[in-house]
Amino acid sequence: MAVMSFSGESKGFINYIYDRYTNLSIKDITLVFEGQITHQVMKALTGLVEEQLDEVEDDKVLRRVYHVMVESLQNINRHAEAYEYRGHPYPGMGLVLVAKNNERFQVTTGNIIEHGHAGEISMFLGKLNNMDSDGLDDLYKKQMREGILSPKGGAGLGFIDIRRKTGNPLDYSFVKIDEETTFFIFTSTISR
Amino acid sequence: MEALRIEQTDDSHQVILDPENNLFEITGKSLPEDVIDFYEPLLDWLNLYRKEPNPKTAFNIKLIYFNTASSKLIMDILLIFEELIEEGRDIVIRWHSHTSDEDMQEAGKEYEEMIDVPFEHLSYV
Repeated sequence: MAVMSFSGESKGFINYIYDRYTNLSIKDITLVFEGQITHQVMKALTGLVEEQLDEVEDDKVLRRVYHVMVESLQNINRHAEAYEYRGHPYPGMGLVLVAKNNERFQVTTGNIIEHGHAGEISMFLGKLNNMDSDGLDDLYKKQMREGILSPKGGAGLGFIDIRRKTGNPLDYSFVKIDEETTFFIFTSTISR
Repeated sequence: MEALRIEQTDDSHQVILDPENNLFEITGKSLPEDVIDFYEPLLDWLNLYRKEPNPKTAFNIKLIYFNTASSKLIMDILLIFEELIEEGRDIVIRWHSHTSDEDMQEAGKEYEEMIDVPFEHLSYV
């Protein structure tokens, strides 16, 4: 188990995740991290999990956990809102928890978003959960053909690809912080 | 035309585009911080190559991983080859994947369905 923390200042967010974690049947933690999710941090965390699971985990499962982590962390890197705590700005702050039991891995991420975006994200993820695998493949192809890469480098494909590659429903919730900001918690499940 | 060679890094693949030796391949992992920045020279080079291509071009894709942002840029590369086909050129995409990597094999088949370019699917151990 690897625990890393950038600072203890924003314990509040860890608590949101911890509450959810204690309600899960999954207790075996592979990785917990809270801090600024830069590109370098994303590579370090995915590399760490890859190293821990190499040799002990099925290749296919390992590849999917790795992919889900890359996509989820890049989402935070691109979209997490900066927030201020005690006068310090925290751009791209986020949280990640990777845990497993005998049946599955769960990758949970948490980050701040603008409150106004919560409805849109929720609708999109709900739509993905209601689609079958053919529908998801079609949507992925359509988005690849017609989608435009955002200035932040996102292709709008991450959530769709996580949903279709894992085959499992996406779990998501929103915790309102104030009028402007919401904490977005997102969990992907990879069957073992 | 001068060859384009880009060394592999921990988040971007190697690129060899060498018309003189008739060698065209990308090898490794693709999850660069800035996908546009990374793929732009490659796309620019291919757009120039398109004007005077070799009689036959086999483009080898030997990726062990690519993220979704890269998948869009890989599509852009393949679309240039589709245009070359429309211009009457002889093109084949060789999609290499590990025998155990079903997701990579699947990704190759998906690209093949999406564009009008002949694919050869090859597996390695």
